[in-house]
Parts: sequence; C-alpha cells; structure tokens
Amino acid sequence: MAGVFSLILKRIGSAALILFLVSLIVFAISSLLPGDAASEMLGQSATPEAVAALRAQLGLNEPAHLRYLHWLVGLLTGNPGHSLANNMPVAALIAGRLPKSLILAAFAAGVSAPMAVSLGIAAAVKPGSALDRALSLTALSMVAVPEFLVATLGVLAFAVKLQWLPSITLIPEHPTIWQFVRGYILPVMTLSFVVTAQMARMTRAAVIDQLRQPYSEMARLKGLGPARVVIAHALPNAAGPIANAVALSLSYLLGGAIIVETIFNYPGVASLMVDAVTSRDMPLLQTCAMIFCAGYLLLVLAADICAILANPRLRRG
Amino acid sequence: MSELVIDPMVPGPAPAAPARGRLALSWSRIPLSGRIGAALVAFWLAAAAVGPFLAPYGVGAIVADDVFEPISLRHLLGSDYLGRDVLSRMLSGARYTVGLALAAAAIASASGCAIALFAVVSRRWVDEATSRLMDAMISVPSKVLALVMVAAFGSSIPLLLAIAAVTYIPGAYRIARSVAVGLNQMDYVEAARARGEGRLYIARHEILPNMLNPVLADFGLRFVFVVLLLSGLSFLGLGVQPPHADLGSLVRENTSGLGQAAPAVIAPALAIASLTIGMNLLIDGLAGRSAGVGGRP
Repeated sequence: MAGVFSLILKRIGSAALILFLVSLIVFAISSLLPGDAASEMLGQSATPEAVAALRAQLGLNEPAHLRYLHWLVGLLTGNPGHSLANNMPVAALIAGRLPKSLILAAFAAGVSAPMAVSLGIAAAVKPGSALDRALSLTALSMVAVPEFLVATLGVLAFAVKLQWLPSITLIPEHPTIWQFVRGYILPVMTLSFVVTAQMARMTRAAVIDQLRQPYSEMARLKGLGPARVVIAHALPNAAGPIANAVALSLSYLLGGAIIVETIFNYPGVASLMVDAVTSRDMPLLQTCAMIFCAGYLLLVLAADICAILANPRLRRG
Repeated sequence: MSELVIDPMVPGPAPAAPARGRLALSWSRIPLSGRIGAALVAFWLAAAAVGPFLAPYGVGAIVADDVFEPISLRHLLGSDYLGRDVLSRMLSGARYTVGLALAAAAIASASGCAIALFAVVSRRWVDEATSRLMDAMISVPSKVLALVMVAAFGSSIPLLLAIAAVTYIPGAYRIARSVAVGLNQMDYVEAARARGEGRLYIARHEILPNMLNPVLADFGLRFVFVVLLLSGLSFLGLGVQPPHADLGSLVRENTSGLGQAAPAVIAPALAIASLTIGMNLLIDGLAGRSAGVGGRP
C-alpha cells in the first residue's frame, strides 16, 4: 500500500507544480502589459499627478516579480486584491458567487453522471446495437454543439412555446422548492446535455476494455449471459476507469458554465469572470481564472487518483 | 482542455500508431455519416468563399418592413433586430467564422507540429521543459485562457486570430509530439542517425512526412475547437466586434428575438452546429475508426 500513497503524493505534487506554472502564465498574460491600469481607469483627462498617485496605490511601481509574489501570497492567504470595477475586495465578491456556481455544477454532475454511466453500460452490453450506434453518433455530434445552441433551443421550447420554465434563473430570497427547481432546470439541462454523451462514450470504452480481458471470456465460456458478465464481472473492475471518465468529463462543465451562467443570467463565478473581462478588471479576472484552473486541475487529479486506486498493478508498484 | 480526453487511458506520451490514424482516402470506404459530414463542410467552405457574392441584400442594408420577420420568400431566413436580411448577414458571417477558424487552426497545427519536432530531436532537457510548459498551458481551460488574453490584449480580428491559435498550440503540440516520439524510434530514423544526418534533416525528411496524416486529422479537430471558441466569445460580446459579425455575433445581437422564435437567432446557431458536427463526422469517417474522436475545447 505504501506504493499507492507515494504515487498519489507524487501526483498531488505535480498538480501543485502545474498550478504554480499556471499562476505564472495567468499573471504574465494579464499584468505584464505595456498598457497601464491606472491611466486606463482614470481616463484621458486625468492629470499626471492623479495617475502617479493611483499607480502608487495599486502598487504598479514595483517590479513585476515583486507584484507577482504579492499577488501569489495574497491568493494563498485568501486576500487576492481589490476589484477595480466594483470597488470592493475580490475575496468578498467571490465568496458571494462561488457557492452558487458549485450548486449549479453539483446539480449538473448529479444529473449527468448517473445517466451517462447507465447509458454507457447499456451500450457496452451489446456493442454494435442500435443504442450503441446512436450513442456513438450522438457523442460525436454533441461535442461539436455550442452550448448556446442547446440553451437557445431549450429556452425556445420550454420557456417561449410551452411556458413551463423561466428563461433566466432568478431565485427569490426564500424560494419554495418548486421555484428553486424551476429556476435550475434549464441551466442544468443545458450543462448536462453537453457532457452526458461524452461521459457515456468513455464509460462504454472502459467497460468494453474489461470485456476484452480473459476473465470476461472465461465468464462467457461458462455460459453466462451478456448482462451478467457485464454487471457481475466487468463492472467491479471497470469502476476505476469509469470514475476516471466521469471526473474528466466533468471538467467540460467548467467551460460550459461560462456560457450557461451568462445566458441564464446566473450569478456565479463564471458570469463574474465575463463581467471582469468586459470591464477589464484584472485583479478580479486573475482570481476567477485561477479558481477555474484550480477546479480543472482538481478534477483531473481526482481522475488520476481513481485510476491509480483501481489499478492493482499500479497499487503494487 | 479536451486533449486530456482524447486518450484518457494512456498516461503521458502514447506510442505512435501511424496505421491507426491513416486517412482512408477512397470515397467508397467512407461511411455514410462521414459523407454527410464532408457535404456539410464543403457547403460551408463554399458559402465562405462565394456566399457574399450570392447574398440577396447588402450586409448592413435595412431592407425588411419589420424586425424579426419569420421565414418568407422575400427573406428566406427572415429579418434581424434592425430589419436586415438574415441570410445575407449569415453568408457574410460564415466568411468570418470559417476564415478565422481555418487560419487559426492552421497556425496552431503548424506551430504545435514544429515545436514538437524541435523538442523530439533536441536534448532531453529541452524536450522536458517544453513539455512541462505545454502541460501547464493545457491545464488552463481554453475559454479561460482566451478570456484572459482578450481582456489583456483586446479583440480586434488579428488579435482574435492570434489568441485562438495560441490557445490551441499546446493541444496540437501534445498530439504531434506523441506521434513524433514513436517515429523517432523507428529503424529508418536510427539508420539516418547512424549515417550522421543532422537533427534538422532527420526532423524534416525522416519524421515530418510520416506525421502528416495524424496531424491533418488533428487539424480538423483544432478547426472545430476554434469555431466553438470564437463563436462562444462572440456570443459573449467579447469576440468579433461590430461592424464585423461572425455567426456567433449574429446569435448574440438577435437574442431578443428568441421570444418570437425568430429565425434570426436560431439559424446562425444551427449553422455553427452544422459546420462543427459536419467536420467531426468527416474526421471520424476519414480516420476509419468507430466514433470517438474529439472532446470539448
């Protein structure tokens, strides 16, 4: 078992290293520019004295590597700076938005993962069946469909034509359960729609991979039906790869959330980030970008760890 | 961020399998779905090339009697939020979408391929350092990376082109490197090394020609990713800026017509999907494997 722990620790270490490199990339792109935040904020009519005072206040006179260090330390200690457009601490802004994004992501994951895993397993039981072929084609097409098309068609069908659901997500202060669910259905549906096909496809691959193993052939040879071979024999061994597939697919949600939160006017971190781009609010943008990168790396790390834990050969090594 | 998904079971560089990626170039071997894809892609390439000349009305001309008109014989796809002809605007928008994506994908594939070749034939530490940097860049979700760059540099059309290309270089690098690493160990490359050929010669004459097919298939994927990225940015109002408009901008500017189910908002969105789905089906058909190429950008 000691081998597993050191392997997992190694993965965590390399994820931390990559996150550090990512912070360098994000900081370098967003703040080592010829442009000057201070003069941009004050506009063209600003006096040189006012610009100089603001530069000093924002710490722009320091050399780049010191600014990076300050920013990194601030990020790690929960004080990532001051939002220029909103004139409040970035941490306070994020604190209000992050839980909302996590709720949305959790719902989308909760809907798509069970659906995708059962679809994938069903397709793997009979490779080449109508369900299997339909799943292949859907997965191939769904990865190429822009989120805003799914959202637009969803709004058109359920909000405009049928008038069952609201077209933007406005949850009142103390919602009834029905208000709460109604508000979330369309955004969650859009997000899950996009990831489910891909996740199902990868689940199918994981199960089929197990079905090619000698022990599955043995089970078939002793006369077990395809359903029993899959459920009793292949599935326990495919659990790790499936978890890996689910975690990797969920990382798609991060990109999708940017579009979906904006379309449905949902007050999460992704729409905050889009606002930060529009207002060129760099401190806010950097922090939002780092949250997304950290979330992505966490999912990939989780996928990695699932794969390690599920693979007895790696466990022994 | 898709790159991690293409080959999820293989940690690290996969051994090259040129045979698997070989394009089936005879039409009869392409499955029906691949032919449909080819037709869709050909249609949009043609629309981008000659569409603006066939447009019934001027791109900016206000020609309809009302805004958000439905489909009619005078305006085949209705009118937009200012009463302009949607079909004419889409034919012009397709030129931006297809043109930008082709150029950005070509730059990304070519640069990714060149950097990968350079890394593979260089010393080990150069390869290591390049690969780590690319790993880090892949770990920034593509939309996030593009948003940061748009905020920093702006979104004029040349900048969008550069941003889309830079965003997808790491993915192209990863695919090209995994192919090149495998080829680099082939006997004929060993033979060339034993002959005393230089690194550049080996990269250009021994490895590169055999990388072409997998790199071309990957180019198709990059094209899909760039279309989705740029139309997503335009949809957010951060991509192609007025007076220019790509298909994503058309969806954005007509969103208010959704309540009337105006074709002005649905048609451009469907157009983007038909282009990207068509390309995905085409690549899948050419690669001669069962479905499963790709991932989300």
